[in-house]
Amino acid sequence: MPPEDLQAIWLTLRLASITTAILLVIATPVAWWLAHTRSVWKGPVGALVNLPLVLPPTVLGFYLLIWMGPHGPIGHLTESLGLGRLPFTFWGIVVGSVLFSLPFAVQPIQNAFEAIGTRPLEAAATLRAGFLDRFFSVAVPLARPGFLTAIVLAFAHTVGEFGVVLMLGGNIPGETLVVSVAIYNRVEALEYGPAHVLAGSMVAFSFLVLLSLNWLGRRREA
Amino acid sequence: MSIRAQFRLDRGEFALDVQLDLPGRGVSVLFGPSGSGKTTLLRLIAGLERAPGFLQVNGEVWQDDAAKIFLPTHRRALGYVFQEASLFPHLSARRNLEYGMKRVPPAERRVDVAHVIALLGIGHLLERKPARLSGGERQRVAIARALATSPRILLMDEPLSALDLARKQEILPYLERLHDELEIPILYVSHAPDEVARLADYIVAMDGGRVAAQGPLGETLARLDLPIRLGEDAGVVLEGEIAELDAEWHLARVAFAGGSLWVRDSGLPVGQHVRVRILARDISVALEPHSDSSILNVLPATVEQLADDTHPALALVKLNAASAPLVARITRRSAAKLALRPGQAVWAQIKAVALVG
Repeated sequence: MPPEDLQAIWLTLRLASITTAILLVIATPVAWWLAHTRSVWKGPVGALVNLPLVLPPTVLGFYLLIWMGPHGPIGHLTESLGLGRLPFTFWGIVVGSVLFSLPFAVQPIQNAFEAIGTRPLEAAATLRAGFLDRFFSVAVPLARPGFLTAIVLAFAHTVGEFGVVLMLGGNIPGETLVVSVAIYNRVEALEYGPAHVLAGSMVAFSFLVLLSLNWLGRRREA
Repeated sequence: MSIRAQFRLDRGEFALDVQLDLPGRGVSVLFGPSGSGKTTLLRLIAGLERAPGFLQVNGEVWQDDAAKIFLPTHRRALGYVFQEASLFPHLSARRNLEYGMKRVPPAERRVDVAHVIALLGIGHLLERKPARLSGGERQRVAIARALATSPRILLMDEPLSALDLARKQEILPYLERLHDELEIPILYVSHAPDEVARLADYIVAMDGGRVAAQGPLGETLARLDLPIRLGEDAGVVLEGEIAELDAEWHLARVAFAGGSLWVRDSGLPVGQHVRVRILARDISVALEPHSDSSILNVLPATVEQLADDTHPALALVKLNAASAPLVARITRRSAAKLALRPGQAVWAQIKAVALVG
């Protein structure tokens, strides 16, 4: 495999790992709130979180490009914090990936929290466990299958992302050139050999992901 | 040592307005039909739900809206047993038991866990996950888990209602042991008359979100203004102990304050503490003691009060048999024929006495 393709694979894995880690931190409180709130905002917030499911990635990428740009609110913020501009950088596509994969992380965790219900948490409260204590000692272990599904889905969905990265990151090797874009470039250049290798490994990867989801699902039933 | 509670809650379709003063020892049963607010009251006491009010448990204020005090559930020294055991499915019985115990500061651990395990007979179950326990076993572990936190009060929300009859019979003796051995008050929600008869020392009758009556079990059951139905009938519960066994006729004599009753010998030893339940329909009233009847138990008594029963043909008579309250149901015609009036000396003929534990 050509070194630039290896570099694209390595970058993709790095992007997916970092995105998944950030998503767990963000999605868990959002999922908790959505699972337990009786607020009128539950509907709108839920719809907002799930918006990336139905939006074309190019639309999300377009808006992020505008917002992160020199005249956008996020751009102003990052520049005033001395972080520079995000578009066409690795951290720019991390932000895009996090937003794009948010519903894939929130939904399984939210479903798991809803399935637990309030009773085990009430029982923990009567056994002297404070909020964070019962969250980590009862809710997280009982929601473990939901977390595992969220990790697998968020990681896989980030690996498979194309539109947002293209809009936000362009084509910079080692910085924003991920596997899906690399395949596109190879095909554009009529280099079908390397394209086959990359595409084939994506197929194998996706198959393994679905297989592991199936295995997780069966373990949950057991 | 007492529990004082006062709550007011209005959720439109459901309103609760209660004022309670419960003894700081023994079993107080919150008794009433479903929807009467028993469970809500228990959850308010636990802090699992919130309503304006005041709550003090054995000297410690847990809620006082006037002083802006509201202790969250995890800071209240209580044990709570839910209808379904609600064990943590990811932990073994032992780790369920340790969950609450570990979270209590060592200086406040007064309960001997080995004793609790023995009391509930769960020693052989400790390494199992909840999924591998039967319904009755799970509930016993849940009770032990609540006790292991050295609570100042044990709250039990119909702990037997999710179990079948056989499982109930399996657990009731353990609950009776708790009743006899625990120093802390137990607040027990139930709509089952047999649980009231066996366990209650104090009864709080609830109806429509209000306290219809509260008081010591014997007195409250004998009140004619609101006869609490233990099952299909009004009746009383007396406490006593087995005083004598009659081997020839297979009978046992139960002595209670100022009198005794013969019951069928059910194998209990002399000295055993027991409760007997006497239904109003099983007592008849006579002016003379009849030695020529088949009725075994005839007690001298004084008429205290007469009241109409639900059917116009019937009357309830409250009797005082050597300080034990009894309630008899007779026809109004008989009451008129005997010219019963308060203060009159009569004989209470008791046709059936049930040993309830």
